[in-house]
Amino acid sequence: MSLDAETVKRVARLARLRVEENEIPGLQAELNGILGWVEQLQSVDTEGVEPLAGGNPGGASLPWREDRVSDGGKVDEVLANAPDREGDYFGVPKVVE
Amino acid sequence: MLTELTVAGALKALKSGETNAVELAEAHLRAIEALNPRLNAYVTLHAEQTLDAARESDARKQRGALEGIPLGLKDLFCTEGVRTTAGSKILGNFVPPYESTVTAKLKAAGAVSLGKLNLDEFAMGSTNSNSAHGPTINPWSSDNRKLVPGGSSGASAAAVAARLAPGTMATDTGGSIRQPAAFCGVAGIKPTYGRVSRWGIIAYASSLDQAGPMARTVEDCAILLREMAGHDPKDSTSADVPVPDFATACGRSVKGMRIGVPAEYRLEGLSPEIARVWDQGLEWLKEAGAEIVPISLPHTKHALATYYIVAPAEASSNLARYDGVRYGLRVAGQGDGLNDLYERSRAAGFGAEVQRRILIGTYVLSAGYYEAYYLKAQKLRALIRRDFEQAWESCDAILTPATPTAAFALDDQPSDPVTMYLNDVFTITANLAGIPGISVPAGLSAEGLPLGLQILGRPFEEESLFAAGAALERAANFTAKPGMVA
Repeated sequence: MSLDAETVKRVARLARLRVEENEIPGLQAELNGILGWVEQLQSVDTEGVEPLAGGNPGGASLPWREDRVSDGGKVDEVLANAPDREGDYFGVPKVVE
Repeated sequence: MLTELTVAGALKALKSGETNAVELAEAHLRAIEALNPRLNAYVTLHAEQTLDAARESDARKQRGALEGIPLGLKDLFCTEGVRTTAGSKILGNFVPPYESTVTAKLKAAGAVSLGKLNLDEFAMGSTNSNSAHGPTINPWSSDNRKLVPGGSSGASAAAVAARLAPGTMATDTGGSIRQPAAFCGVAGIKPTYGRVSRWGIIAYASSLDQAGPMARTVEDCAILLREMAGHDPKDSTSADVPVPDFATACGRSVKGMRIGVPAEYRLEGLSPEIARVWDQGLEWLKEAGAEIVPISLPHTKHALATYYIVAPAEASSNLARYDGVRYGLRVAGQGDGLNDLYERSRAAGFGAEVQRRILIGTYVLSAGYYEAYYLKAQKLRALIRRDFEQAWESCDAILTPATPTAAFALDDQPSDPVTMYLNDVFTITANLAGIPGISVPAGLSAEGLPLGLQILGRPFEEESLFAAGAALERAANFTAKPGMVA
């Protein structure tokens, strides 16, 4: 599988990364280099192998806890690093006309 | 020289009253002032705060296990009230309103923070050159050429080697503790996944990330790890298992221990120097009473490719939070909508390697490719773990080189990403399998640069690593110092 310029643009859009037209050929070559290299995995027979998602040795399942609030009410701390604060909210460009 | 003290040595000197926390902190701050302009290891210093903490430590009646010990922190650990950057422009001047579990535990044990250490952006890299703060330089050099300290915890290793801290906090997702430790001639351990809480550590690849200590001795790593480790309800993947006194294990004999030698790690074209130090390490362990056992880890050759699907996939998801809205850098054009704001902020804030990994990760998780790439990689990951599980039937620990080469020159880096990824060939399997690994300095190359050996062990058997690591350390008697040292 090799990426064409349109796919690179589509993936960049999905990733919310602005890519200028003149950056596309370079990115395309780099990404294809990496994808060509990982292609080797297709040669391994993984029939019947359960995929391993987590890092916990032995595949220990994650614990459950009660769904209750343990922390919160920290509006100022949460907003302290906001690039644009409006009252108790994060400011963003107008989304709905 | 107070900066020559190890963690264990400093604890002793503090206890006997030979020195105090303020003197120790001041000595290290002076060393940092002298050398940091050349090494670029610390990216944030707060001398007043450091000295205040040292004074409080000296006044404390109830002494903690690390009372008065100065430590450097990789700038990936969130520190309350102290700028935390992950080596990225996208975090801008982010000041966390909370403290990571690891650094909070160290503080509670009496440790004093010297400042925040450089790293590859979001811990992605093997050179510490991918940083918004510029590259960190290895205190070791050859032919007067500037060398990389390794990465991503390059500055954590460089600071320990140059005596700008007796110990540092680092993280390891594919070798980011063990590779720089080897490049800088210091010790470093990546514990078992789940041994140390990840809460408050800026995430790269959550199923692979693990924090660990770096120091000049194996025993110091053991002392520091004990204070970092333990169950944390705030990290659901942290393991609820007892934390042993790791330092005791450093004195344990390796007699009868079965040390595995994986055939697949003897790579074609492995440098003769690395092969020599590996054989030497096996000889040392044998002389100490261990039994050497040939083993096979047949899926090793696919580990790197597996990692470079799994890690970018997780990274693309973890790094989705940097949106230019809630914290960090915001770049907006005139009349831009919300999507433009996201796209511009992220393009301006992330460096090239981070953008590359986000794009790869987004692609392998996208509809139509998920099964061919991501699911396939997860299956390979299961096979890599199975390799180790089978190996443990015939051995108790595994000895390998830590890196395929010694540290290379800053201006001599491979430009091709795939070639660069090969640096992690010996370390990456431990992250995929979730097992612990320690890197110990074992000798010098012909050019006078440090070479490291790695010991891998069963899950939650870090004590075996400390026992075998300390045995290697005693035999190697690594006393060489870098050219740039306080």
